[in-house]
Amino acid sequence: MWIYFLRRTVLAIAIVAIAVTLLRVMIHAVPGDPAVMMLGPRATPALIAEFREKMGLNEPFHVQMVTFFANLLKGDMGTDVFTGRSVTQIVMEQFPYTVELIFTSVGWAALVGIPLGCYSAIRRNTLFDKITGIASVGTISIPSFVMALYALLIFAVGLGWLPAVGAGEGTLGDRLHHLILPSLAVGIPWVGYTARIVRASMLEVLGENHVRMARAFGLPEMRIIFRYALPIAILPTITLLGVGVAYLLSAAVFAEVIFARPGIGSLIVNAVDERNYPIVMGCVLVTTVLIVVATMISDFVNALLDPRAREGL
Amino acid sequence: MSAASDPLLDVRGLSLDFGSPRGRIHALRNVSLEVGAGRVVGIVGESGCGKSTLAYSIIGLLAANAEVVGGEIVFSGRNLIGLPDSEMRALRGREMSMIFQDPMTALNPVQTIGAQMLAIQYRDAVPTREKRRRAVEMLAKVGIPDPESRLKAYPHQFSGGMRQRICIAMALLVNPSLIIADEPTTALDATLEVQIVELLKDLQKDMGCSILFVSHHLGTVAELCDDVVVMYAGEVVERGSVRDIFHAPSHPYTEALLECDPGRIRQKTRELPTIPGDVPNLIDVPDGCIFRSRCPKAFDRCAREAPAPRRVSGGHEASCHLLDELAEAAP
Amino acid sequence: MSTAEDSGGTRRKTVGDGAFMQHLRQLSRDQLGMLGLILVLLIVLGAIFADWIVPYDPLKIYAGPRLAPPSWEHWFGTDQLGRDVLSRVIAGGRVALQVAIATLAAALSVGLLLGLIAGYGPRWLDNALLLLFDAVRSFPIIIFALAVVTLIGPSLYTVILVVAITSIPNYARIVRTQTQAMRTNEFILAERAMGAGPARILAIHILPNVIGPLLILASMDVPLVISVEAGLSFLGMGVKPPTPSWGTILNDGYSYIRNSPWPVIAGGIPIILVTLGFTFLGEALRDIFDPKLRKDL
Repeated sequence: MWIYFLRRTVLAIAIVAIAVTLLRVMIHAVPGDPAVMMLGPRATPALIAEFREKMGLNEPFHVQMVTFFANLLKGDMGTDVFTGRSVTQIVMEQFPYTVELIFTSVGWAALVGIPLGCYSAIRRNTLFDKITGIASVGTISIPSFVMALYALLIFAVGLGWLPAVGAGEGTLGDRLHHLILPSLAVGIPWVGYTARIVRASMLEVLGENHVRMARAFGLPEMRIIFRYALPIAILPTITLLGVGVAYLLSAAVFAEVIFARPGIGSLIVNAVDERNYPIVMGCVLVTTVLIVVATMISDFVNALLDPRAREGL
Repeated sequence: MSAASDPLLDVRGLSLDFGSPRGRIHALRNVSLEVGAGRVVGIVGESGCGKSTLAYSIIGLLAANAEVVGGEIVFSGRNLIGLPDSEMRALRGREMSMIFQDPMTALNPVQTIGAQMLAIQYRDAVPTREKRRRAVEMLAKVGIPDPESRLKAYPHQFSGGMRQRICIAMALLVNPSLIIADEPTTALDATLEVQIVELLKDLQKDMGCSILFVSHHLGTVAELCDDVVVMYAGEVVERGSVRDIFHAPSHPYTEALLECDPGRIRQKTRELPTIPGDVPNLIDVPDGCIFRSRCPKAFDRCAREAPAPRRVSGGHEASCHLLDELAEAAP
Repeated sequence: MSTAEDSGGTRRKTVGDGAFMQHLRQLSRDQLGMLGLILVLLIVLGAIFADWIVPYDPLKIYAGPRLAPPSWEHWFGTDQLGRDVLSRVIAGGRVALQVAIATLAAALSVGLLLGLIAGYGPRWLDNALLLLFDAVRSFPIIIFALAVVTLIGPSLYTVILVVAITSIPNYARIVRTQTQAMRTNEFILAERAMGAGPARILAIHILPNVIGPLLILASMDVPLVISVEAGLSFLGMGVKPPTPSWGTILNDGYSYIRNSPWPVIAGGIPIILVTLGFTFLGEALRDIFDPKLRKDL
């Protein structure tokens, strides 16, 4: 089993390396002087020269790449073009807010979606099932940022039940209070999606031979559902949620902007406005790492739940 | 009638339909058979004759579109038809247990063998230690080496033959009076089949339970069973002791089946014998004898009238008009 | 051999119908699919004929009072510059359509090419391309888009470029799978032995089999593409004002959300309808093409 994880880790690092390399290379792939490009209308010859110096663009290409990776390994993602602060520091300040948003959203999907899907399967074709089905398709069809806007409109602006701005101060309670609306906006489409997948999966597993055999031995239905069906039906969902973190991150960008929350999303949007490429790169890097870690966690949980997975690879 | 002479399982005139978009499928028609205590009864017939359906109706695990339209299934004096599900569940895994056809998918892949064997004993108020001991003992009986440590293993770590042994162990573990075995050796290769059959024979003698053994393999049935029921297209066409059926087959279908069995071919031949024709449509069941369209000995009465079971000798019955003719012809 | 009995359950084909008519007929039986088709046509036609059907000029400021609620004159009300929101929404469809078509065209053509290369080419190339596809696919689109925008600036073309790049892997995969399957097909080998060129093989053997899954993928893809465009425009990274795009309408609405909820509501509606429409259509198409595909393979 440990060899399995070793291989996955190596693969993960490889993906991060590829993504990051691509981004660094992209600066040069773009026609024209990247410094001019990024400074935009502010470009004056003096500024350009300074920028090039700061970004190390005057060095030969391979030296740039080597320096870049060497710095990365040290944890140094460069310095902010405008404030001179360490990119790593800036990005890591904002990182926890995004993580808590993603985590809560996945939490909604798992904690609400899985039971909904499970119950829909057990009580298939009842009113509950049909309503859940329609609601699922409905919510999946609404893009996350539209959902966020509507949620803001209805619950914050319209009804005033929940805060519209920020991540809350200090106390856990306040922070959770500010998390509700954004995490729902990001997570609800996933609740619907998860419910559908779990339902389909459960229906399939409930028809399988080992469930029939358990019934033949007169085992109580609850035990059959929780020990013989659900652990198997859930497996594709776990993988899905892991992969879905990428989509969730896109949605999180919007949620942070719309709800004026701090986080990687807000950071990157502002950085793009300012053409602050080092920050953008830093955010991209951190995002990639987050996705890779999420995938690894879902693999891990998968192996935990499914003894067969531990053998493979 | 004294309880001692009553059969353990008495199926009387069972008729069962399946609802389908194309119409009602009359899968079982007036099926009767008996399983005595401690006896091994085999059900033979080609695919689609209803033998598995019969097995599942006894244990009560039919699909939702199945409907019993007549007859009774009397088990230990109780009619199982119409029994509420909770009472049926009380019987399953206690009085009766089942062995399935495909051992590769019959076991829960995410639970250890030990956990599953303990789970089926959930009704017993004995300590876990004792349940584990029983499980180990049974695994040893079915020939699993080093059973103590194997309890912690998962199904995918065993071969097909081993898994079927484990399933047999589980079926016996609950100490049932009746085991229903639905083609337990079909998915295994020939050498494994022989081993499993030998195992079942020994265990049955040891534990004294009854077995209802569904199979399309005549050789296995001859080896294992005391009594045989021959089914065709949802009906019982002949039943009797294994000796009766194999040495004195009285229904043309049984005769044809025996002739087709590769194991019985004595002369060298280029072509394997087959029974020409197809199984009839069970939505529009034809009048007369169900086997008529494929029977080499059919005559005009067969088309008009369905034959009733006629006694050939004590305990040996067959549903064929020819028996009437023979009886009448005899002085 | 025994004679087979007619089970009576086979689907009858009307003699003389081409495949297209059959599919159309099948589609007409699926209610949700037809609804989807209607929604899609509505949006598409609305976008094409926008100039003729808009009640007001979408760019004209002070066509009505600022931030007015819906009324007979302005069905969706007005935005902060007094522009008629309904007209802007209809015109916004044009941007969405442009993005969708451009992206589809790019993704299909490049995807086809890459898929063929991956399918026909050497093993290492195939593996390399697959790895590339996976890397691109597993990346959050928006973040990738933002990075590109930083480099080359926001515009409609940037959006099209980014969205096309992220769409290509899915199309390429389908073509690749089919190409690989065809590669070892004896029929193909025979044709090639007789001198059939790659174009012929492509047209006759590969294309008919990939059309189905590609269509399904496209109809699942389009709503995503449109959402991404709207999202980027919302962030100010897409089309530049005053061009109406559903995203910019939402952006304007967001800034003035406390004054009037209507621009936000109005901007979201077409996106939801488009997504629903294509989802229903896509599922209906899948019902039509998938069973057939399973039989063919």
